[in-house]
Amino acid sequence: MSRDEIFTRVFGPAGPELTCERCFDELDRYVELVLADEAADARIPGMRAHLEGCPACAEDFRSLRDLVTREGG
Amino acid sequence: MATALMTAPIEISWIDRLRAGGPDGQAAVADLHALLLKAARFEVGRRVAQLPHLRGDDQEDLAQQAADDALMAVLGKLDEFRGESRFTTWAYKFALLEAAVKVRRRAWQGREIPLEDEAWRALSDAGASAGRGAEDAEMFTALGEEIERLGPRQREVLVAVALNGVPIDVIAERLGSTRSALYKNLHDARRNLREALAERGLRVGTGREEA
Repeated sequence: MSRDEIFTRVFGPAGPELTCERCFDELDRYVELVLADEAADARIPGMRAHLEGCPACAEDFRSLRDLVTREGG
Repeated sequence: MATALMTAPIEISWIDRLRAGGPDGQAAVADLHALLLKAARFEVGRRVAQLPHLRGDDQEDLAQQAADDALMAVLGKLDEFRGESRFTTWAYKFALLEAAVKVRRRAWQGREIPLEDEAWRALSDAGASAGRGAEDAEMFTALGEEIERLGPRQREVLVAVALNGVPIDVIAERLGSTRSALYKNLHDARRNLREALAERGLRVGTGREEA
């Protein structure tokens, strides 16, 4: 692991972030806003920070985004 | 991407059909299960590299189990669907979560969680090879000391998830906890480390962010 990777993993996101439960609650809306390019981060504050800090939720986000994209948006 | 307003009739149709009861309701549940199975197969398929020993039949079993569990979750939460996304997007996430958790746990079945010593070695190796001078060496030394000062649960979760890359769902299963509860431990550990290092006058930053 590089120095920056260790620091990113250890210290996590600097700003306020959602919990895993709130992240799951908002995940479908967030994905659709991201795919529609509709200011997802402004409309769901704390989501991006959580996805930077939580590897499991970040994987769930990428999976849903990619599945919705594959199925036609 | 359609808006919630544009897709509203379709969303109402899904909910109404699932609540219809009788043959129509059963047909809607079967359609939903097929939708969830598609999502579960998608997730298992993209994670198959984590399970090289798993045969095709086992992968399908995993997807079927995930779809079955997701179906129960979705049917139990129909009242919580707010129509802020498509029904299908909302439903997919349950199947993806069930499949991802099952794959992660299967991939770690029978494996020991890496020891904390291995994390210290990774830390010191990174510190030695960083090549950024005395400031980094001081930071890595202080970081190691402050991690040792964390409470046992915070240290355990931080080391396992953040340093050793163990999936948080795997740790949750071993500790009889939940992803959300353990992430709270991780979040608190990170905050405590930031504060402790700041008190030492050390600047925490990765180039993208600073505290």
